[in-house]
Amino acid sequence: MITKTAEHTVIGTRPPRADAFEKVVGKAVFGPDVNLPRMAYGRILRSPHAHARIVRIDPTRAEALDGVYAVATAADLPEAADRTERVGEGNVNYKYMRDNTFAGDKVLYHGHPIAAVAARTLQIAEQALELIDVEYELLDPVLDVRQAMAADAPLLHEGMHTRSLAGTADTPSNVASQFQFLQGDPEQGFAQADVVVERAFETAMVHQGYIEPHAATAAWDADGTLTVYTTTQGAFDIRSQVHELLGYPLSKIIVVPTEVGGAFGGKNVGYVEVPAAVLARKSGRPVRVVMTREEVFLASGPSSGTWMRVKMGATREGRITAAEVELCYEAGAYPGSPVGAGANCILAGYDIPNARLDGYDVVVNKPRVGAYRAPGATQSTFAGEAVIDELAEKLGLDPVEFRLRNIATNGMPRLNGGFHEHIAAREVMEAVRDHPHYNAPLERGTGILRRGRGVGLAYWGNWGARSSVTLEVNADGTVSMLMGSVDITGTRTSIAMQAAETLGLSLAHINPAMGNTQTSGYSDASGGSRTTMATGVAAVKAAEEVIAKMHERAAAIWVCEPEQVAYTNIGPDAGTFTCSRNDETMTFAEVAAKLGGTGGALRGQGDVNVRRWGGAFGANIADVEVDIETGSVRLLRFTAVQNVGKAIRPGQVEGQLRGGATQGIGWGLYEGYAYDGQGHMLNANFLDYKLPTALDVPAIETEILEIPWPEHPFGVRGVGETPIVGPPAAIANAVYDAIGVRQGFLPMTPARILESMGII
Amino acid sequence: MNFSYGYRAPDTIAEAVRLLQEGGSGARPLAGGTDLLVQLRHGIRQADLLVDLKRIPELSAVRYDPADGLTLGAAVPCADVADHPDIRAHYPALVDGAGIIGGSAIRQRATVGGNLCNASPSGDAIPPLIVLGAEAEIAGPNGSCRVPVSSFCVGPGLHLLDQGEMLVALHLPIPSPRSGSCYLRFTPRGEMDIAVVGAAAWLQLDESLSYIEDARIALSAVAPVPLVAETAATWLIGRPADSESFAQAGRLAQETARPIGDVRGTLPQRLHLVGVMTRRALQGALRRAKGETIDG
Ligand SMILES: Cc1cc2nc3c(=O)[nH]c(=O)nc-3n(C[C@H](O)[C@H](O)[C@H](O)COP(=O)(O)OP(=O)(O)OC[C@H]3O[C@@H](n4cnc5c(N)ncnc54)[C@H](O)[C@@H]3O)c2cc1C
Repeated sequence: MITKTAEHTVIGTRPPRADAFEKVVGKAVFGPDVNLPRMAYGRILRSPHAHARIVRIDPTRAEALDGVYAVATAADLPEAADRTERVGEGNVNYKYMRDNTFAGDKVLYHGHPIAAVAARTLQIAEQALELIDVEYELLDPVLDVRQAMAADAPLLHEGMHTRSLAGTADTPSNVASQFQFLQGDPEQGFAQADVVVERAFETAMVHQGYIEPHAATAAWDADGTLTVYTTTQGAFDIRSQVHELLGYPLSKIIVVPTEVGGAFGGKNVGYVEVPAAVLARKSGRPVRVVMTREEVFLASGPSSGTWMRVKMGATREGRITAAEVELCYEAGAYPGSPVGAGANCILAGYDIPNARLDGYDVVVNKPRVGAYRAPGATQSTFAGEAVIDELAEKLGLDPVEFRLRNIATNGMPRLNGGFHEHIAAREVMEAVRDHPHYNAPLERGTGILRRGRGVGLAYWGNWGARSSVTLEVNADGTVSMLMGSVDITGTRTSIAMQAAETLGLSLAHINPAMGNTQTSGYSDASGGSRTTMATGVAAVKAAEEVIAKMHERAAAIWVCEPEQVAYTNIGPDAGTFTCSRNDETMTFAEVAAKLGGTGGALRGQGDVNVRRWGGAFGANIADVEVDIETGSVRLLRFTAVQNVGKAIRPGQVEGQLRGGATQGIGWGLYEGYAYDGQGHMLNANFLDYKLPTALDVPAIETEILEIPWPEHPFGVRGVGETPIVGPPAAIANAVYDAIGVRQGFLPMTPARILESMGII
Repeated sequence: MNFSYGYRAPDTIAEAVRLLQEGGSGARPLAGGTDLLVQLRHGIRQADLLVDLKRIPELSAVRYDPADGLTLGAAVPCADVADHPDIRAHYPALVDGAGIIGGSAIRQRATVGGNLCNASPSGDAIPPLIVLGAEAEIAGPNGSCRVPVSSFCVGPGLHLLDQGEMLVALHLPIPSPRSGSCYLRFTPRGEMDIAVVGAAAWLQLDESLSYIEDARIALSAVAPVPLVAETAATWLIGRPADSESFAQAGRLAQETARPIGDVRGTLPQRLHLVGVMTRRALQGALRRAKGETIDG
């Protein structure tokens, strides 16, 4: 492997993004922009009820409406396999996905799709939806995770029995699965503790809040090839889903990813691709289905609401002796919450000799959750870090000092049965301790405005998986790059930078492009903070293959052995071949110019399945000001520290830290699904589902640590997810510091703060 | 849901009135459209003819006359209102209200007239207009008339205009000496949000600047219509202009308020905030009455 540790000329620089100009001038094609000749417009009929049996669906009146081309329901889909597969960092079970595409005999949440219509205009499609007759038999909804776990709760799936290591339970339940982690002897650990803290926490369901809605356009050609243009993080994942749900060969399905207007984990599972494909087949026309904002809220894949309990004990010397954790995560209508990842991340930064954790995956009458940036970790970290903070307070220790006394180390046994390798939890916490922000004085205030400071330590495990990059050398010495990964974060640029660095060429020599499922090799979704890392490995591999093949071509020109040719990718002579037989030199471009005569096309292919990767610790420092009359929390200063391994393009890394923090701030203070007692969502719009605005988020300071993951050629760990994990925890701890009342809810809305203070 | 409507942009009030009258219940006035177009798209309101009022000169005019007060055309965008030097000098509560509607892009289109005619209980320009003593000039098939803004709204989304009638302008009297006004709202976010509770206050001080000669208070988002807090305002007359008086006025305003609990705020939260916001708005009005400049 060609590893360059020093003298990077491309990596670590801040070139403009390859996709920037197209986006700034509004020319980039996003999902809803796709427009094909003869295209029809699709709309989806959704359940107005949270829980009901479907007695009858009659599309006759809709089909008769002038301008309607096709109506589709579950009857148009074959049975799907009862098999669960990983997509991105979530999972799908195809049987459940079929029911979530078009409801079978039951609707399980407000907004559950029932049927779809394709028509000449959007307006006709809208009218047709009103003409589809559906008869429901209403059932009691279950909205609260603990209520759903009660023995007498109404059941969403009559045939679902709790799975656990002990086997499958006899009686049906809304608890899809449960698991336990056990380490040491928790009872004995608590007996050793001088101080014990126990608290319960609740968090609301939240949405990723991407601005571009889900949108897919499907077209069948006369030979039976189905092409789907869609906004997704993983074109190959969508292809698998369409394949499974339609029972149609993979080779006959081409998924073309568009530019993506935000995804954050929410665009791994398809919602509109299969309806568009079925409508297109039935109508004989291309069909585009674009969700409205309301539909995105009601029926895409938000992140779990939770109920959590954390109990911890520590000695007077400040050593944690035991922990006991209960995590109950809403899966939404079908199993598959990120409770497992929540369990992997809670308290991951600490050495805790004795611990027990119980996790529950629970179905409720809400949309089936999807992945959202570090799925499951933000919730559990909010709970874990609040208890850590309270322990420190009870022990009279500085919260950072207390964390450092218990910080996780390499090789230490972890609660989840594994162990950390090459982590930098200590370095991250020390960076907080030494940060000017942490050491700046804070005027606390005694009047209406009270100020406080809080910290939170965060962890995300990251991912590797499959990636494919092709580099083709052109006759002028430039290189065309094709990658199977969807670019959601500037990936084209960060991958091209790794290729350029390896090749010893400037970034301007590489023109990167996103492929589709027909043109590029299999690549897993861009998610799990894996893409710069794993697709980077593929790019380096492809570049190495290019260099090896170029050696042969140079040897052919010089009429020597390839072993007599050397190539340098470092220093002033980077990009030059030399021949030891005749001491001649040729540039990369000179060899490229002769490709035609030396064997034809020259490509390097990097196909990898990266099976080992390094987790990332990060931390946040938050200063807040609480108006104790209104309960409103204002952020005064906010800092994000993270070990990223290696920042390929530092500006992009800072953007990830700031973007993740902004979403974490929203989760902490503003965002949350609200339902009425019947399970109708009350805030399926951007007015009442409150994302923070520019006025609510301060300039976020970033500090990047580069402690490499040694198995990546440049040390990359993955960046994108850890940044969202810590902010709600840091803000909650800062609010406590300001007003002296612990916060057990997310979001910490003004009303909740006033309630916690006993003012209302 | 109807996505297609006729569009007319008359040049005169008479022509607009004629179009609105002939169009019947399907004809709707269009100012900035920041309420109307959203409502049409969501099927909350229906229309088959939009009568754009922005080309009528009277509706786009702002005139301040030291003898007569302010005449504000119904279709003047909030951004122009909030930037207008005379309005900034004499009607600061209106600047507070018009200056926080939406974000700066929205304020380029959204109008004070549209805010009033949308008749939302949470409309941010309405309580300021009420405490500043504004009157609405209405034109219709039978000529024109004026009504106090405080009686303009009759229910959520409902006002007293009849078919064929339209709002032409708002008239605000000249500010009395030693008076000041302020509007404050509480929202979870800093902008692009909707009032959980809003309070407008207007105060006139005596010559010593220590006692209250006259007061008006109006609240948003705590009743089906923007609400005049008469009892609280009357109680203040003759009292010292101090925080104790303002706290008591806040308590009296709480008694007047009839809030509901919904996704934007719980009932106890709204009641509590009526007290806080009323008190703070009175403080702001006091400072302005004393000649201080404060940003809303
Ligand atoms: C993103 C966003 C943010 C917003 N934020 C706020 C906010 O913070 N505070 C707030 O109060 N509002 C807010 N609004 C609502 C809206 O912008 C305001 O109510 C605005 O003042 C409406 O003015 P307009 O000119 O756009 O009205 P339009 O939408 O044109 O009209 C509103 C209604 O009044 C009628 N109408 C208009 N002019 C006349 C007239 N001259 N005579 C008779 N009827 C008339 C119309 O037929 C319609 O029914 C927001 C809206 C959006 C989209």
